[in-house]
Amino acid sequence: MSPMIRLSNIKKMYQMGDEEVHALSGVDIEIQKNEYVAIMGPSGSGKSTLMNVIGCLDTPTSGLYELNGTNVSEMNDNQLAKIRNKEIGFVFQTFNLLARSNVLHNVELPLIYGGVGSADRKRQANGAIERVGLGDRAHHKPNELSGGQRQRVAIARALVTNPSILLADEPTGNLDSKTGEEIMGLFDILHSEGNTIILVTHEEDIAAHAHRIVRIRDGKVEHDEKVKNRKIARAHTTTTA
Amino acid sequence: MEFKEIITISLNAIKANKLRSVLTLLGIGVGVFSIIGVMTAVRVLQNSIESGLSNLGTHTFQIQKMPMMAGRDAWMQARKRKDITYAQAQTVAERLTTAEHVGIEGWNGGNTISLLSGEKTNPNVGVAGETPEGIPTNNWTIKEGRSITNNDLIHSYPVAIIARDIETKLFPRGGAVGSQIKINSQRYSVIGTFESKGASLGGSSDNFVAVPLTTFMEQFGKQRSLNIMVKAKGAEVYDECLEETRMILRTIRKVDPGAEDDFSVFSNDSLIGTFNEFTLYIKLGVGFISFISLLAAGVGIMNIMLVSVTERTKEIGIRKAIGARRSNILGQFITEAIVLCQIGGIVGILVGIVGGNLTALAFSVPPVFPLDWALLGFALCSVIGVVFGVYPAWKAANLDPIEALRYE
Repeated sequence: MSPMIRLSNIKKMYQMGDEEVHALSGVDIEIQKNEYVAIMGPSGSGKSTLMNVIGCLDTPTSGLYELNGTNVSEMNDNQLAKIRNKEIGFVFQTFNLLARSNVLHNVELPLIYGGVGSADRKRQANGAIERVGLGDRAHHKPNELSGGQRQRVAIARALVTNPSILLADEPTGNLDSKTGEEIMGLFDILHSEGNTIILVTHEEDIAAHAHRIVRIRDGKVEHDEKVKNRKIARAHTTTTA
Repeated sequence: MEFKEIITISLNAIKANKLRSVLTLLGIGVGVFSIIGVMTAVRVLQNSIESGLSNLGTHTFQIQKMPMMAGRDAWMQARKRKDITYAQAQTVAERLTTAEHVGIEGWNGGNTISLLSGEKTNPNVGVAGETPEGIPTNNWTIKEGRSITNNDLIHSYPVAIIARDIETKLFPRGGAVGSQIKINSQRYSVIGTFESKGASLGGSSDNFVAVPLTTFMEQFGKQRSLNIMVKAKGAEVYDECLEETRMILRTIRKVDPGAEDDFSVFSNDSLIGTFNEFTLYIKLGVGFISFISLLAAGVGIMNIMLVSVTERTKEIGIRKAIGARRSNILGQFITEAIVLCQIGGIVGILVGIVGGNLTALAFSVPPVFPLDWALLGFALCSVIGVVFGVYPAWKAANLDPIEALRYE
């Protein structure tokens, strides 16, 4: 089975004044369909740059990035926008919802850019909202929701296009630990339903939900291992507590 | 992405900043208002003049000493011309071969018409001394009674035909024909009444009395310049008739060959032409000033859009992250600028049309709806929206999604 994501010798350089900064200096990772991967690393390690590259927000300076067998490392802006729209679902630390739009509009936004007709859009968006358990909040504005609910909206928005990967950048960073656990529980469920999830975090606790942890340091993969004692979110099971 | 979606997004953004949007579109609105307002007013005046001019009948022209509309210098020059005398006018009438009617008239303004019982009008009534053919060339129609005859003219009979304003004032219950009236202090018998001509520029066209020209000259004096009104035998001989009249007049007034006419000729067409020439400068001036104010408003739009782009950097980042293309963002912000301008434009057009039509009210002529100017104004502010919206939108579209997402 060919991997869903294949990164080979990915390098990313920035020009900072006279100095060249190597944010990524040769990263090789393969991620299979339905994997649950946590990318960890201290700040400045290059994990954010790696996430931007995987999320097609940024293109590598050199190296090959194949997503579902397509080379995306040399795509132009419009092609990347299409990949972001169809293949990737982003979940951000700060939720990044449109404050003036209600939950339904936020969730249907990717479908609008994807050119989905109004009726289909409403149906799919409502389905995604149901899946994250916010069926009764579809017409609320983000500022009428709690942090956990906002992150659920963001997850619904990420899910609504049925993307190949869910890319979550510190999804629990702005939540209290109890709500964070609930969100992680939701990710666990989504994973069990067949989604491929990539989690960027610096918290061991959160990373422990994943099946595999990739540790980044100084722009390189330092460690890549299976998680032995996988943590199951409390919200997901009734045995732990 | 559907057009409907872009419009919805733009309208929501405009609604989100109501005060700012209103202030911005006010700028556009004022610019468009001044264009539409003045153009509407000019058109109202134009219509009014045209309807007033239909007082002169079809293929009819009039010759008089003074020009109808002229600058101060031309006017002073014209005052030096010799009067058009009754004898000259009669010669023209005798010699013309292509004319159906030749009317001769003199006017005196500011008269008071009264009944013997003392009831009187304001001292603002015009008295027209007319030959019998002056009635049809003026396009006047007798409602009751009879017109002026040659007999009246030869004998200088004190008879008068009164127009509607005088009739309603002095004879509210009818019975004007056969009654006695006084024009200032002279007694006249009313032999007829005229149909109403309605109002035109400068007020009512029904506030006058017509009497035989000879009677008129006895009462108001012979030392005056008369008007000659010529109705050509048909449209096809109109130009010929005009030329013939000019030649006869030049001959009997001994105008040197090559010198300018020492009289003025005007017809409906020439008058409308003169008026259009006159208003062209107003139109050009207003157009120029409005254009400048629209430019200023456009800069205001650009300013606001730039602020809006900066303010919404994060939103742009989010939209890009979830799949908005450059063209989506570009379209969104240009549409926002255009919609803003168009709302302002529509407000300006509506207020301008209402404002311009206040002149219609003032001159009591029917209001106009200048559709061509309205469409032009609308198109103009759309163009302004595009021109001044492009740069901010381009800036938004080219934001780096990573930078934009990080923006707080």
